[in-house]
Amino acid sequence: MDSRSKLILLLFFAWSYISYGSTLEICSSCAISSLKQGVALAKDYDTLLIRKGTYREFDIVVDKPLSLLGDDYPIIDGEDQGEIITITSDNVTVDGLFIINVGTSYTEDFAAIRVVKSKNFLIQNVVLEKLFFGIYLEKSTYGKVYHNKIIGDAVEEFNSGNGIQLWYCNNIEVEQNIVQHVRDGIYLEFSDEITIKNNISTNNIRYGLHFMFSNDDLYEGNTFENNGAGVAVMFSKKIRMYKNTFKKNWGSASFGMLLKEINDSEIIGNIFEENTVGISIEGSNRIKYMENDFVNNGWALKVRGACYGNVFSANNFLYNSFDVSYNSKLNDNQFNGNFWSNYTGYDLDKNGVGDVPYRPVKLFSYIVNRTPETIILLRSLFMDIIDFSEKVSPVFTPDNLRDNSPLMKKLP
Amino acid sequence: MLKILKYSFYDLMRSRWSYVYFIFYLLLGFVLLFLNNDVSKAVITLMNIIIVLVPLIATIFGVMYYYNSKEFTELLLAQPVKRTSIFLGQYLGVSGSLAMSLVLGLGIPFMLYGLLRSNAIWDFSLLLVTGAFLTFIFTALAFNIALSNENKIKGFGYAVLLWLFLAVVYDGLFLISLIVFEEYPLDNFSLIATMLNPIDLSRTLILLKLDISALLGYTGAIFKKFFGTQMGFLVSMAILVVWTLLPIFRIVHKAKRKDF
Repeated sequence: MDSRSKLILLLFFAWSYISYGSTLEICSSCAISSLKQGVALAKDYDTLLIRKGTYREFDIVVDKPLSLLGDDYPIIDGEDQGEIITITSDNVTVDGLFIINVGTSYTEDFAAIRVVKSKNFLIQNVVLEKLFFGIYLEKSTYGKVYHNKIIGDAVEEFNSGNGIQLWYCNNIEVEQNIVQHVRDGIYLEFSDEITIKNNISTNNIRYGLHFMFSNDDLYEGNTFENNGAGVAVMFSKKIRMYKNTFKKNWGSASFGMLLKEINDSEIIGNIFEENTVGISIEGSNRIKYMENDFVNNGWALKVRGACYGNVFSANNFLYNSFDVSYNSKLNDNQFNGNFWSNYTGYDLDKNGVGDVPYRPVKLFSYIVNRTPETIILLRSLFMDIIDFSEKVSPVFTPDNLRDNSPLMKKLP
Repeated sequence: MLKILKYSFYDLMRSRWSYVYFIFYLLLGFVLLFLNNDVSKAVITLMNIIIVLVPLIATIFGVMYYYNSKEFTELLLAQPVKRTSIFLGQYLGVSGSLAMSLVLGLGIPFMLYGLLRSNAIWDFSLLLVTGAFLTFIFTALAFNIALSNENKIKGFGYAVLLWLFLAVVYDGLFLISLIVFEEYPLDNFSLIATMLNPIDLSRTLILLKLDISALLGYTGAIFKKFFGTQMGFLVSMAILVVWTLLPIFRIVHKAKRKDF
């Protein structure tokens, strides 16, 4: 044997040693007919191949590094009894299962798949229906939740759970999931360095995405549509939100995105379309808003106070009923080089920047803040007249709140 | 009645006023689209024009036409023609030609600009429908004023006042009362106050299409029911019809009893 074939042989043995030894087959007519039995019999790094069929089981605890691989979406039916799969070991993979009927409880958060204090897990291609909580990650790290479909049937907030919940986790990727009809589509609490990418979270009872006390996270390319209250992000730092779409969140307490106590973050390249409020901002400082499109919202931005040092530049504000609303006369935020479809100025020197500053806060938005019923006078001639007089000499709206270089052409 | 309608209609055509009105809207439509380059934006600007200009023109024109054709009306009255048909014929002739100028004048430029391929078509057609309604309503109101006032100057004065009141002053009073009574529940009041003014009513109808996301920001349950469902649209349309019919009935009523 030459050294090369020795090396290959060595590699082969090494590979077979590391890679999960044998495969155990589970089906209704096999020697192993249930997942629990399969988990009990399996050795570390085995693969459980679950054949098509229905398995009526709950409280399956995966306490060793295994791969649960479904063949053509076997159904795991929890029969509303309780939690279905609980992962307590590192290096577990769950792939291609169809899990239904998670138990509802008012004292415990039963989940379809719960990961507890584990590392390097992978949950992918899983379909969850009729659930309480969907995928619940608890104090886990370095995992991936990829390409799952979670379709709940939540009606009320108090007796429904969240689609994907992360609690005290870090370094986890949540990608390409579809979450519908649950309470909160994706929920994060105390979770840092999380990547949430290309998910679609729609028609949820409360929030499409909800996070609190979670820092250094990245949200990219997600779509949040028609959720009860849109997206709420609170009490977090250094968040990056890129290229997300927030659409059709209608209602009196509804917004594309609610920012509360968010600091030092970046909100770039997002689209806010047809929301009652595009972004509602409260107590958020030093945030960069760039290259976002605000289209057909009731209020593109609602600034509620205690917001300092924010920069809004190169955004498109298109056909919003109100561009910006403030509830105080104080302003420490900068508006620069945005395109405002309501801008009526001119550009004599033809440098593409309007010669007259644009004032995005109208007197009418101030009146509506005070007496909400007056919204019914939107776009009336009388309102236009008093808006005009306020524009000429601001009394109620912040004097220094203006875009000194409004663009003449829409940004691409 | 049809004959008189036809006569009034052709009379207006001959007097070129219809053409002027038509060309005005035609130019307006083209200029708007040329400047905005965007159908949806143009629809918003157009709304402001429709709810302000259309009532003004309809009122002035209605009063003017009535006084101008008074001698002819008196001549007709000597003939064996029913009074109702004389006045209704004239009214429909005027309002019909105005509405036609509006619809064609604005319709043509938008059609040429690719409205049919744009998704603003529903907003736009709603705009034209409310514009036509406003024409009918305000011409009828103008005829009412003219019928009740022999004095031309007085008649014109009342007509302009009526427009000024409904287009501007009403909203001002409305706003003041909303602010003064802000501590009371005002949903019902504000909806009813809107219904009582045809200009506000048509504005609300258009708002339902353009600014629904902002309207739903208000918390009131009645608002929510009104704006959030088809109900708002149906109720507004129905009341717009009532607003058209009431002044017409009064024209008929008044014309029957008037001495000439």
